[in-house]
Amino acid sequence: MQTMPQTVAATTIVGKEIPVKRVPVIEVKAAEKTFPNGFRALEPVDLTLKPGEFLTLIGPSGCGKSTLLGMMTNLLPASKGKLSWWGGGFEQTGTPGKTLSIVFQDATLMPWATIETNARLPLDLAGVPRPQAQERVQAALAKVGLAGFGGQLPRQLSGGMRMRVSIARALATEPDLLLMDEPFGALDEFTRNKLDADLLELWRERDLSIVFVTHSIYEAVFLSTRVVVMAARPGRISSIIDIDVPGPRDEEFRGSPRFAALCAELSRALHLASEESGNVSGGTKP
Amino acid sequence: MSQFQLSRAAALPFIGPVAVGVILLVLWQVLCTINEVPIYLFPKPTDIWSSFTTNLSGLTRASSVTLQVTLQAFLVAVVTGTAIAFLFNQSRIIEACLFPYAIILQVTPIVAISPLIIILIKDTGTALTVCAALVALFPIISNTTLGLRSVDPGLVNLFRANKASRMQTLLRLRIPSALPYFFAGLRISSGLALIGAVVAEFVAGTGGMGSGLAYEILQAGFQLNIPLMFAALGLITVIGIALFLAMSGLSNLAIGSWHESHAEGRR
Repeated sequence: MQTMPQTVAATTIVGKEIPVKRVPVIEVKAAEKTFPNGFRALEPVDLTLKPGEFLTLIGPSGCGKSTLLGMMTNLLPASKGKLSWWGGGFEQTGTPGKTLSIVFQDATLMPWATIETNARLPLDLAGVPRPQAQERVQAALAKVGLAGFGGQLPRQLSGGMRMRVSIARALATEPDLLLMDEPFGALDEFTRNKLDADLLELWRERDLSIVFVTHSIYEAVFLSTRVVVMAARPGRISSIIDIDVPGPRDEEFRGSPRFAALCAELSRALHLASEESGNVSGGTKP
Repeated sequence: MSQFQLSRAAALPFIGPVAVGVILLVLWQVLCTINEVPIYLFPKPTDIWSSFTTNLSGLTRASSVTLQVTLQAFLVAVVTGTAIAFLFNQSRIIEACLFPYAIILQVTPIVAISPLIIILIKDTGTALTVCAALVALFPIISNTTLGLRSVDPGLVNLFRANKASRMQTLLRLRIPSALPYFFAGLRISSGLALIGAVVAEFVAGTGGMGSGLAYEILQAGFQLNIPLMFAALGLITVIGIALFLAMSGLSNLAIGSWHESHAEGRR
């Protein structure tokens, strides 16, 4: 494990400059999770998220990937071990340069509030002045292709559009870190591919680090710069695969031999992980 | 769900329910006429109508008394019930300790305790209001408590993740989430306030006080003036329906179309 502040060579991954000499966005140090009922969700894990990285967590159900992400969101405290955000505690997040946003599995919108109000929620809670908040929300909605939908109610939108709203809500805070828990898992493949491409675009545009949980090998290869493969019972990291693809990630990349090879490699790693996993089928959630 | 059907009937054609009503009235009129049912046993709709028109001023005065008691009691119940629900929401311990006593409110028959209340409280008007409010209180407490608790756990996490304060979570999340439940409680409670007012008037009326619709019914009963009894009963029904429609309208205004119970089509 690298120690902070680390020095990363100024390499270009997916046409995006990874800045040098910066504090890791998240450092997970021997963090583990045992639930009060004795269920061991996660063995001690060490993991460092470098600035600008797109890190994907993948693995069979019960491998603790959601648990690990939950610890990163600070919604789920680690039983033992430690996490740090930009080299400090969670309380100092939310300040400029250290803003994190979460995108959940469901769109998680307030059904009574308009799209605009929903997307503005984090800014309203943080006390951002209304005109400024409004401006940022409009920009975020435009970015996810929902300009002009601000006055609608969530129920008037399709599932994919609702998911876009929740991404706009996260983007409106101008985050430095996005934590996403299977955000497109419930959508059809076509919509998911489209949202994946849009997400990559957003990630490329700005200095953004992302941790992304998924079940899909294709999604993991298409999006990530690094994939963490996890094994279950108890949850732990099985292997880490670098997805070193310098070119643009587009539909052409999806059809390329390189993509197929990476998918095969990840598939093998996943197979290995599931063989390492305890032989009880299906996840055991407390 | 009957609430759903009623609001739909109110929004769409009035024709259906009105037609059913007219058919029933005609049938009633015809059957009473054919079988020559005496007026003191079961009056015809026309008898009731003529009794209504001749006693119009008395019935109007009585209606306004009953309506006033009902509305006062309803207001008291809403304010007190909501306050209690918020108190329950503050901690599980408070709720666990006090909720059984709220249930006592619900299961105690108002007929049984209204004589006591009327004796204890000197002013009859106040006593009637208290009785009716006691009947109307429980649905507000239980529905609002349930509503304040029925918050999408995903949204709770979202608020937590954004470091929302307790107050922000209450105002922006818990209260809006509770509104549909609160309004469902209002609709039940408005009807109960009317029933409570009428029942309490019956009890108080026997003591020679009061001049509401229940008192009119009692007096008409003593005098075997059955058409007047029916006319007063009809007015109580009209007040009840009006209250229900008013609450449904209010609910539609406040909740609009965001909640499942209020949305039509697109499901």
